[in-house]
Amino acid sequence: MTTERKFGDVLLDVEGVSISFGGVKALDRVSFDVKEHEILAIIGPNGAGKSSMLNCINGFYHPQEGMITFKGVPRHQMRPHEAASQGIARTFQNIALFKGMSTLDNIMTGRNLKMKKNFLWQALYFGPARAEEMEHRAAVENVIDFLEIEAIRKTPVGKLPYGLQKRVELGRALAAEPDLLLLDEPMAGMNLEEKQDMCRFILDVNDEFGTTIVLIEHDMSVVMDISDRVVVLDYGRKIADGSPDEVRANPDVINAYLGVGHD
Amino acid sequence: MTGDKPISGNFDTFPKLLAENARLRGDKPASREKDFGIWLSWTWGQVAEEVRAIACGLAALGVKRGDKVTICGDNRPHLYWSMTAVQALGAIPVPVYQDSVADEMLYIYEHAEAKFAIVENQEQVDKLLEIRDRAPALEHIVYKFPRGMRDYDQPFLHLLADIEDRGRAFDGENPDFYQSSVAQSTGADTAIMLYTSGTTGRPKGVILSFDNLIITGRNGVIRENLTEDEDMLAYLPMAWIGDNIFSIAQAYVTGFCVSCPESSETVLEDLREIGPTYFFAPPRIYESLLTTVMIRIEDAARIKQRMFHYFMGVARRVGMDILDAKPVPLGDRLLYWLGNILVYAPLKNVLGLSKVRVAYTAGEAIGPDIFIFYRSLGLNLKQMYASTEASVFITIHPDGDVRPDTSGTPAIDVEVKIADDGEVMFRSPGVFQAYYKNDQETRDTKTEDGWVHTGDAGFLDDEGHLHIIDRSKDVGKMTDGTMFAPKFIENKLKFFPHIKEAVTFGDDRDYVAAFINIDLESVGNWAERRNLAYMGYTDLAGQEPVYKLISECVAQVNADLAADPHLAGSQIKRFLILHKELDADDGELTRTRKVRRAIVAEKYADLIDALYSDKDHCPIEAEVTFEDGRTGIINADLRIWQAPLSEPRADSRSAPAEAAE
Repeated sequence: MTTERKFGDVLLDVEGVSISFGGVKALDRVSFDVKEHEILAIIGPNGAGKSSMLNCINGFYHPQEGMITFKGVPRHQMRPHEAASQGIARTFQNIALFKGMSTLDNIMTGRNLKMKKNFLWQALYFGPARAEEMEHRAAVENVIDFLEIEAIRKTPVGKLPYGLQKRVELGRALAAEPDLLLLDEPMAGMNLEEKQDMCRFILDVNDEFGTTIVLIEHDMSVVMDISDRVVVLDYGRKIADGSPDEVRANPDVINAYLGVGHD
Repeated sequence: MTGDKPISGNFDTFPKLLAENARLRGDKPASREKDFGIWLSWTWGQVAEEVRAIACGLAALGVKRGDKVTICGDNRPHLYWSMTAVQALGAIPVPVYQDSVADEMLYIYEHAEAKFAIVENQEQVDKLLEIRDRAPALEHIVYKFPRGMRDYDQPFLHLLADIEDRGRAFDGENPDFYQSSVAQSTGADTAIMLYTSGTTGRPKGVILSFDNLIITGRNGVIRENLTEDEDMLAYLPMAWIGDNIFSIAQAYVTGFCVSCPESSETVLEDLREIGPTYFFAPPRIYESLLTTVMIRIEDAARIKQRMFHYFMGVARRVGMDILDAKPVPLGDRLLYWLGNILVYAPLKNVLGLSKVRVAYTAGEAIGPDIFIFYRSLGLNLKQMYASTEASVFITIHPDGDVRPDTSGTPAIDVEVKIADDGEVMFRSPGVFQAYYKNDQETRDTKTEDGWVHTGDAGFLDDEGHLHIIDRSKDVGKMTDGTMFAPKFIENKLKFFPHIKEAVTFGDDRDYVAAFINIDLESVGNWAERRNLAYMGYTDLAGQEPVYKLISECVAQVNADLAADPHLAGSQIKRFLILHKELDADDGELTRTRKVRRAIVAEKYADLIDALYSDKDHCPIEAEVTFEDGRTGIINADLRIWQAPLSEPRADSRSAPAEAAE
């Protein structure tokens, strides 16, 4: 398992990004890049700007300064659905699924942007619309098989335990066949076994589909285990960027985050 | 039409039967599997080709006559085909329980000296890689699913699809190889080797011949009039003898289709989609189906509840007689007909049992209430008495004469007798050849003239029905001389939906005491209904109201025991609820979920001492093994309760329970 990991070119380049809300500087000239096929973790104390960073990447926030370049194309005022159609998918810190809908239907919504036929065609469910529906269903079944959630295919997600809901949300993001997957605290609130399963799935996604992954996570053992590189934020500034071992040894990080005593 | 009679004649091995099925009904479905949400099917003709390809591929890999090849994984058509392919080469398939931990597997690999393994996926491959150093005979591992295997580059690992490709090439170069290899085996040759779990000691490798399996399977087919149109769902472990008879021998003899579930978690849904006509389940599955139904009824609207209870009353009164074609008054018949429209048929449909013609249960005793529940719904549920050493069938309930308290009458060609010491013995065409590399045990179990000791105590009644009381060696005596039949008492306890498992002690003791495992689903629902908060099994099991609930169950069992003058003295005086569920991973149960008394007694010696003292609580620290093999510690302080005893009455004799092995 410890084969040498190979990364491609820079997929996402974040250059001097700043954003403030009123007087609060959520992000202060943050720069880093993500290479193809890499797993990058963003860590930091509460309020460090981690979720704001993800929101900037997927176009939900617009940086007031700086530039984000995705697949070599600098982007300006971009909306989330444009980011999605370029190949960025994400999951949320608080699960954002349609509780009354089945697992299958929830994951199907991840295919939304890939559906070419308009609403009328779909309502008629005839000819090309039907063929398209079958094609998307096949893609969704692939995801269901991959995440081993066959048994809950038709269960409304509101009835599922938390750990499984997280997995369904990952499934919806995967259904979009993203090049870049943003995971906002994928293990929050999970027990040990669920965390291990989730780690396995994240590594498998990265391995099988070559998907690049940026994740925010508080569980340090998880971060150190699965990420290739770690970026540390504190009060909106980047204070470290390197391999898990380098970051663990960095005195600034220890001070800000791991919280060793001040004397 | 060909489908009405099972195949007989010269087709005395599975590969020969397969060729005959491909000739008779090449376009009829033989295997089905749900994958990516869709049921895929293969015809007998296609299966014959797949088996041929796998067989030739294995031959190219080096499998020779007499080699042992282990098969391990969930029920998958490709694994079933691999078994037949191995047999086509004259090699011997050894199916292994897929949930065995690595160390348990090691024993089998060492003992059987298996050179090849055909497994389902990465999980199984990982276990084999873990024990490979200690199992030097193992040369090659073939796996079905490549998922997660990207970084495995060991030269002895092979993808099954690649083996099949090699096989087709090999077949092209040696077109006569397959036919001649198949022709070399006959019915007397070894078909399969199965390791029995065994409640004591190491597993034993039971050698069964093609004749054992095929003749026994065919006799079962004749007794139940099975045809090529049956549908069955293969969801029980491939390493268990029953699956080899139902899903292989009987399917090959009659040509019916066997479906494999999508995954072990989706079985109930797959059951509904397939709608089997021929169904086997151990008692715990019928119990858990019933528990689910009762929980949902409790949550249903009042009118539905009243309808359900009213018509279930009707069913209990006349349903069994209607099913057995006995005379029933016209009014009750009409009510039952109405109940069928409103309750029974929809209920069976929800459970996926609408089309069932014959359903079996065996392995453990089934509660009379549960048994009667299903039969009164019109489901033809029968008990049988079965064992690996008999290739399953010893006795079966005959149609029209099904009684909850017996195991039925001997199957076709089976002779049953009771030895002088009360032990049940049988002789049949299905009697096993030998235990592998264990002549002593073979001689102890099988007499010169072919009678097999079952180790169960029982008796035959006047109508020829077999009653099983308990394992002979478990029946003991208390200090005052009262007979102590632990399983008999435990079964009575387990018939309560709130009790999942029970272990009783009393041999050579002054009184009987019991360990109880509550049923988390059932007691959990009961607790929610009463707004009783709990954090998990350990927490719930220790709560006072739960103890009170269980105490009521124990009191009822005591009242039952008191009714029998022989057993009145073996009432349960003290009991405790265990802090964890007994588990096969901790060695406390066998893989088929039977209690290993010796291990439980050793592991919980402190608790047993406390039961036979006057303490009212006992602290315990126990090691548990998680599914990934790591271990952890659970701490608890267990309460010990006195159970209410009943005055002995001498009015009615209660029926002995079933304890089939």
